[in-house]
Amino acid sequence: MATFVEQFVASTLCLLARLLTGVRPIWHGTQPDRRLRIYFANHSSHGDFLLIWASLPAGLRRLTRPVAASDYWLAGSLRRYVSGRVFRAVLIDRKVTRGGRNPVQQMSDALADGNSLILFPEGTRNPGDGVLPFKSGLFHLAKKHPEVELVPVWIENLGRVMPKGAFIPAPLLCTLVFGAPLQMLADEKRDQFLTRARNALLALAPDND
Amino acid sequence: MTLNDTLITLFGGIFAALAVASSVGAILKFRLVPEAPSGTIDNLNARITAWWWMIGLLAAALWIGKAGIIALFAFVSFQSLREYMSITCTRRGDHRALLWSFFVLLPLQYYLIAIDWYGLFSILIPVYGFLLLPISASLGADTTRFLERTAKGQWGLMICVYCLSHVPALLTLAIPGYEGFNPLLIVFLILVAQSSDVLQYVWGKLFGKHKLSSAISPSKTVEGLVGGVLSSTAVGAALWSFTPFTPWQAAFIALTINVLGFFGGFVLSAIKRDRGIKDWGSMIEGHGGMLDRVDSISFSAPVFFHIVRFWWT
Repeated sequence: MATFVEQFVASTLCLLARLLTGVRPIWHGTQPDRRLRIYFANHSSHGDFLLIWASLPAGLRRLTRPVAASDYWLAGSLRRYVSGRVFRAVLIDRKVTRGGRNPVQQMSDALADGNSLILFPEGTRNPGDGVLPFKSGLFHLAKKHPEVELVPVWIENLGRVMPKGAFIPAPLLCTLVFGAPLQMLADEKRDQFLTRARNALLALAPDND
Repeated sequence: MTLNDTLITLFGGIFAALAVASSVGAILKFRLVPEAPSGTIDNLNARITAWWWMIGLLAAALWIGKAGIIALFAFVSFQSLREYMSITCTRRGDHRALLWSFFVLLPLQYYLIAIDWYGLFSILIPVYGFLLLPISASLGADTTRFLERTAKGQWGLMICVYCLSHVPALLTLAIPGYEGFNPLLIVFLILVAQSSDVLQYVWGKLFGKHKLSSAISPSKTVEGLVGGVLSSTAVGAALWSFTPFTPWQAAFIALTINVLGFFGGFVLSAIKRDRGIKDWGSMIEGHGGMLDRVDSISFSAPVFFHIVRFWWT
């Protein structure tokens, strides 16, 4: 259980993120709900999960854990404190090694404990436009936990606020679009499902031409 | 009368008008539509509530003085520019240009008003900003839609920062026989431009029949435009005693502000339609974003400034 200090740090960070990005959540096809969920989103910045987290009602925030890469979030004591104690992130190894922990199992355990997850199925930050192909973790989780709702979340603009390699954020306004939950179909193949999930996410993106 | 007495009289009148508007809104809500939510009435009431805040902020800024007014409009510019840049397609290579716009050019433009350096104020953005930004963007080494990105960024700075900064710049004009009363010019400009928006809305809602241009703004009507512009020109003329103008001059200048203000809203509506959005943002309840509220001021402020500067200083 997070202590008072951690909760204070968390709400301060959320407030800062909201002030800086003016984030406006749009619930389009779904509503905030205590049901077990995997929020899956496009990934262009380290601040992505914070925005989703800050857009959830405070009661849901405590039940929602981001999935993040351990190589980034365990480097340095500040990052370790923030990811471990404040956000209670599920830290996974991006390079699966022999004898290392299985990422899908870690995420599955978190779900089994009654936590919703924030997941970036592209697996890495995308410096360009659009969405990279999805990694298979989302498929395995959906198969293992058919009761969990899969909610696509499009994050608009954060990649422009803080692009890869930038030090000073540009004060643009961000929008988050929460889409209708996805269900895995009976005997749906892995690639079929991942393509469908990716398209559901892309469908929430505004037309940028 | 001293400046303070005049401001108290003016704002007393505005707050009285707002009180009337709030009462009418409350009566409409509870007499005509009990319980049932009504989009138009609720939106009207949200707009009126937001007006209390906006007029209150303006009054507070005027009470603080020059620093307060400059700070208020710097904030208005900042928020407008955020809304504008957020819906404009920029790319990674534009990051540095965005930082220059928000954190250097914008504060510098308002600082030049504070130190009263008109020469640089009038060319900082159209000359130095327009040269610096493409240079900075070109260092991003990304040529995709380069011309388009550069042009959009520059025009955003122009309407959100350069044009709007002419409102506080009114304080720097030295008008013989009007020393110390310059803040009243700001009140005149804002009252005329905003009453034009409000009266166009009211006339349009009450008598609007003929659509002006459904391609650009579905809510604007010919009746609203003519009624609104004429009646707020009368508002401007009635305010003549607070200005260095004669009644006829005040009416003519108010008409100029209204026509330009109308086109400000019209042009920015065209941009919104082009981008497929209804409002610039959600900052001001009932009104949309900051830019939805100040579009008419952005277009009328520089021309009003030049009229006063050319003929009265």
